[in-house]
Amino acid sequence: MSSEAAGPSPLLEVMDLSLEFRTRSGTVHALQGVNLAVRKGETVGIVGESGSGKSVLSFAILRILDAAARVTSGAIEFAGMDMLAASERSLEEVRGREISMIFQNPRTALNPIRRIGRQIEDVLAVHTSTLRADMKKKAIEALARVRIPDPERRYHAYPFELSGGQCQRVMIALALACNPQLLIADEPTTGLDVTTQAAILALISELAAERRMATILITHDLALASEYCDRIIVMHAGHVVELAPTGQLFSRPRHPYTARLIASTPAPAQSIATLASIPGNLPDLRRTDLPNCRFHERCGRSQDACTALALPNIPVDAQSGVRCVNPL
Amino acid sequence: MNILDCVELKKHFPVGRGALLHAVDDVSFSIGPGESVGLVGESGCGKSTLVRLITRMLDVTSGDIIYRGRNIGFIPARRFAGTQFRPKIQMVFQDSTDSLNPRHTAFDAIAEPVRRLGSTGGAKTLEQAVAGAARMVGLPAELLPRYPHQLSGGQKARVGIARAVVMMPDLLVLDEPTAALDVSVQATILRLLAELKRELGMSYLFVSHDLNVVRMLCDRVIVMYLGRIVEQGPAAELFRNPAHPYTRALVRAIPSIGGRPGEREVLSGEPRSPIDPDPATCRFYGRCPEQRDRCRTEAPVLREIRPGVAAACHFS
Repeated sequence: MSSEAAGPSPLLEVMDLSLEFRTRSGTVHALQGVNLAVRKGETVGIVGESGSGKSVLSFAILRILDAAARVTSGAIEFAGMDMLAASERSLEEVRGREISMIFQNPRTALNPIRRIGRQIEDVLAVHTSTLRADMKKKAIEALARVRIPDPERRYHAYPFELSGGQCQRVMIALALACNPQLLIADEPTTGLDVTTQAAILALISELAAERRMATILITHDLALASEYCDRIIVMHAGHVVELAPTGQLFSRPRHPYTARLIASTPAPAQSIATLASIPGNLPDLRRTDLPNCRFHERCGRSQDACTALALPNIPVDAQSGVRCVNPL
Repeated sequence: MNILDCVELKKHFPVGRGALLHAVDDVSFSIGPGESVGLVGESGCGKSTLVRLITRMLDVTSGDIIYRGRNIGFIPARRFAGTQFRPKIQMVFQDSTDSLNPRHTAFDAIAEPVRRLGSTGGAKTLEQAVAGAARMVGLPAELLPRYPHQLSGGQKARVGIARAVVMMPDLLVLDEPTAALDVSVQATILRLLAELKRELGMSYLFVSHDLNVVRMLCDRVIVMYLGRIVEQGPAAELFRNPAHPYTRALVRAIPSIGGRPGEREVLSGEPRSPIDPDPATCRFYGRCPEQRDRCRTEAPVLREIRPGVAAACHFS
């Protein structure tokens, strides 16, 4: 996936997005002041621990949030369209056709009682003007494009008859069937073997390059993000704490959380003794007195200013930035 | 004496019309006292079946499982829990969120094996055993009355380990113990496992997808492909100088910070069918980047190619 020079207007812009969930045990402040821009042909990684808000952000972009979710501020603009104000009808036009998503577990995301060829045809029928007579041919082509062996025969298969890697290929075939402008891949290879993982990601990046498709890759695996992303945003407890071009993020991390994440990612030269961990947990996001910096209790560099000073969020048009009073 | 010897282990599942799925085929290996052995391979390679055979949750088709010199392979799985061997071979399951009963407190989860397998010592000894196991795994005593949903991922992992070590086993089988954990706590759990092994002198069979984790925790590694062992050897050597083409593909596929995926060959094709495989063809044939005609007509056997390193490839 090739790096794109900062173009005039990004394909997707998330501006100052704050979001909360109203639950019986209190209001969960899931996202706060999140900025994100994705340009055509670019791959942006979102990394962070579970609970950091990675998936919620992607659900917000597609407006497929739980009923308990409330957007309290901000805007999401995709190809000139105001996603938060858009009607359900126009959203249905965008989902699947302009923005596609690959979910974490392909076995639960596919319909277990429908043949995979039919599932691809369903997508084509809803989003394209493909003629009934051409459907089967198009579906088989879609399977062949993601290199499912013997696509004519697999067209008739049910998800349970395929391996995990093949199911994920079917998910990609579904997601790419309508040539989307933006692909959101949420942990697309978690649970797959390293060899299958490499094949799936090679496939996504190849198809992305071919169509100049923008990709958001959500992963908890920093090594994976480092190999496939042009830029990376690091999330912690609902904040974007750092944004940087991939090379720079790893060679010179500025946020203490980023540095800790990198040090706790197993690498070839590491031993159990040198592998780091990050003390503490994410703060309880139901707290009403959440500090400016939600990392300060886990951070070794925390000062009085970390909670006293107002911390600006990283601007949406920035090439890199860090949300920290005392960065590295 | 070895803790465990597996000799020509086979598990074939009937899949209708007389066909047999060869899940585990002629697998032989040993685990020494205090040794930590990693088991790797892609899903469907037979890792889980092998684990279920060794932990005696599944009956073997043929072959021997020898624990400290005594054959336990012939004991039916459903009767194994009543034998003296059950407390000695214990398991840490994959996802502690799924493997802990949501309606049992941490205390009950750890006490369960003692109640079922332990001596009848009364409430006092039970409490002591649970408290001791919690201390060993670094689980604060005040967390024992809590239910799984009140514990963090790392704490649940500790409960899963505590209930496995509470009976003081000789052999601990760990199935992806860190897969469900965030990297932020992974290191502390790995250090705990390394420490426990040193202190209790247990042996580990460590099943994992994460080859970096295997490299850090294991002395020796076994690589399986489609029911067979294709390579085994010392961990450091296997990662530095993999002998079998499949192991090479595995090692090269590990992503690393600053790595370049473009320079990596991707293993193409799908694995051969495990149902009635052709005994004359190498199981890796069809996906192997180095295959030749001989691989189709003569299946390679596992042989020692360097001291301590064995591979099942004609050309290693």
